Amino acid sequence: MSTPVKAPKPGPQAVKAQPARPKAPRPAPPLGAPAAAPVLTGAQAVVRALEELDVEAVFGIPGGAILPAYDPLLDSEQVRHILVRHEQGAGHAAQGYALATGKVGVCMATSGPGATNLVTPLADAHMDSVPIVAITGQVASAAIGTDAFQEADICGITMPITKHSYLVTSVEEIPRVLAEAFYVAASGRPGPVLVDIPKDILSTTGSFVWPPKMDLPGYRPTTQPHGKQIREAAALIAESKRPVLYVGGGVVKSGAHAELLALAELTGAPVITTLMARGAFPDSHPQHLGMPGMHGTVPAVHALQKSDLLVALGARFDDRVTGKLSSFAPDAKVVHVDIDPAEIGKNREADVPIVGDCKAAIAAMIEAYGDPGKERLKVWWETLDDLKARYPLGYTDIDDGLPAPQYVIERLGELAPADTIWTTGVGQHQMWASQFISYEKPGTFLNSGGLGTMGFAVPAAMGAKLGRMDRTVWAIDGDGCFQMTNQELATCSIEGIPIKVAVINNGNLGMVRQWQTLFYEKRYSNTDLSTHHSEASPRVPDFVKLAEALGCVGLRAERDEEVDAIIEQANAINDRPVVVDFTVGPDAMVWPMVPAGVSNDEILYARDVRPNFDDEGQI
Amino acid sequence: MSVHTLSVLVENKPGVLARVAALFSRRGFNIDSLAVGETEHPGVSRITIVVDVEAGSLEQVTKQLNKLIHVLKIVELEAGSSVQRELLLVKVRADAATRGQVIAAAELFKARSVDVTPDTVTFEVTGNSDKIEAFLEVLEPFGIKELVQSGTVALGRGAKSMASLSRYVSPNN
Repeated sequence: MSTPVKAPKPGPQAVKAQPARPKAPRPAPPLGAPAAAPVLTGAQAVVRALEELDVEAVFGIPGGAILPAYDPLLDSEQVRHILVRHEQGAGHAAQGYALATGKVGVCMATSGPGATNLVTPLADAHMDSVPIVAITGQVASAAIGTDAFQEADICGITMPITKHSYLVTSVEEIPRVLAEAFYVAASGRPGPVLVDIPKDILSTTGSFVWPPKMDLPGYRPTTQPHGKQIREAAALIAESKRPVLYVGGGVVKSGAHAELLALAELTGAPVITTLMARGAFPDSHPQHLGMPGMHGTVPAVHALQKSDLLVALGARFDDRVTGKLSSFAPDAKVVHVDIDPAEIGKNREADVPIVGDCKAAIAAMIEAYGDPGKERLKVWWETLDDLKARYPLGYTDIDDGLPAPQYVIERLGELAPADTIWTTGVGQHQMWASQFISYEKPGTFLNSGGLGTMGFAVPAAMGAKLGRMDRTVWAIDGDGCFQMTNQELATCSIEGIPIKVAVINNGNLGMVRQWQTLFYEKRYSNTDLSTHHSEASPRVPDFVKLAEALGCVGLRAERDEEVDAIIEQANAINDRPVVVDFTVGPDAMVWPMVPAGVSNDEILYARDVRPNFDDEGQI
Repeated sequence: MSVHTLSVLVENKPGVLARVAALFSRRGFNIDSLAVGETEHPGVSRITIVVDVEAGSLEQVTKQLNKLIHVLKIVELEAGSSVQRELLLVKVRADAATRGQVIAAAELFKARSVDVTPDTVTFEVTGNSDKIEAFLEVLEPFGIKELVQSGTVALGRGAKSMASLSRYVSPNN
């Protein structure tokens, strides 16, 4: 790796090289007697606990209440603090880091507004089951409840959007609380945990006992699936004539991609990967049908509708997948594997509920499968292969002199180095990034699925890149999303985190505009963002100039023939962040599409084009 | 919709009631009644919740409650196999002319008078919700000035207890 432009701190390479830094040797305790626990301030205890928990990066911004914690942080050789420009960026960066590394991401903020700025990433992490720990300063214990300066009840505010939260009440409990927070965040169904620490507790001293004894009597995630249920599931798959493996984010979270591949090839069943599971199964695999749901492929959507057995693996029957729930997969029995019992039967009744970790459950299913051969699936595959051939993902270039956004994204995918990690914002560009880039490995497509958070791409890319400095990280963003969180490019420039950003600049809030085109008679209310050049106005902002102002390389492509060269140029820059303004037309739309609230049978392949399911009634 | 009584053992930690109550409102479940108190172990509290939901929703309520880290155990107490009680304090208009009748009615319900003025009597009565309702119906014609009711508390019948609390309590509590 080349050196960052400015690197006042040790480069991130150094961070990468040191995750296994040996801890300072400590005198061995005399046999039979525990060593006296050191006496530390709450602030020192926080930093020491983070070191013990193998944390290498914390994203945050200091402020009044959290200030004591920042002092010992300055001395930590292991924990690198990344000073972000907005706490939302800290939260999404922690998510990106967690998704790219499989470790717990950490963000830190002060009380009041610092903490409330974390609300969006916490909600996002909660929806998408991302393990992060947020540490917030709180006003001094005695001031809590008095509407003190920068006071907000952040535990109360985040109660419904965290897996768990703590308001620390004594300095001695800091090691236990942090150990529990990391354990709860990462185990079972992962999620965000908030630790709120009053300022006086950060400043007082107490003994630091490590490892602490965790006290979680009510927390016992089930990971091992029930043997009888597994045998039932295996038997159902063996009988099914139209099975579908409906794969969700849980497969990625549990690292079950190898088991999934084995199960798919053993059973011969088609595989569908949701937005959260893109990459869990290779897109290039002949058994892969693509993504289901509102913008899913015709074969994937149709396969679910006509299936006689859905094997849901770490998926949660989200409304964007099922469409109108009452008409979703009407003939299918359901085997539902999830580590969260509450997901099973929440939206769709399961015939065979299996609570457990996907990796263990899939492995057990393979074990229990009495191979009946694949002959019975012949008709099913004929139907699906026919749909794959007739309705591949595609797009029509609109004659507007500008590159098609789908073409830009396709080329980005084609030209990217192997194992590139992709992040996206939310909207049209997100759907196209899911559709037109081929994902072969898990953990290569990071996006905000459940909450649909615009502005996710840039900070998540920053976190992912910091965690995986060996990989290229491309953020595919929209011009709307990009304007929500692009200030983190300043962080990336200064901290030496060379991410690449492709702004798919159609000058509009594209997905909203698409709905206005389709459902509001082209009445474009408040969707024009003026980021295109016109006679009436210059580009506001000019993304190239903005990129340069933020210490990045700024590039622009406005014609088809420029696209490849500009992408190659961006791919070659590794010493600083790059932003490419791909100026594309505003009229491209995401297809296929199932309009909101209707049955998935109503899928449209393109505008006014309903697929011809000429097999209907035959199977 | 049908009425169910859930007995929920929780760690006695700050904010635990807020977490439970917030979960019900966020997921759109209505609480008919709620009662909280310490158990035989100070580290553990018992929350008795009466909900009016469909059977499928009850399962979802229970599963979502179980996801709260501080929730230790949940049991549904069926009316037939548990003792369920509410406490009612009710202040009834009762002057010299009606006092006799009012007190006679109260005796039928084994209610105790706990405060008397020249114009009113206040009664204390316990029972299941049917009994409380019936008592209030009888008092209604005399004029109820104000009343307060506790949430239902309930305990399974028989020798067994819902859980051995010692397994939930670590020495550092």
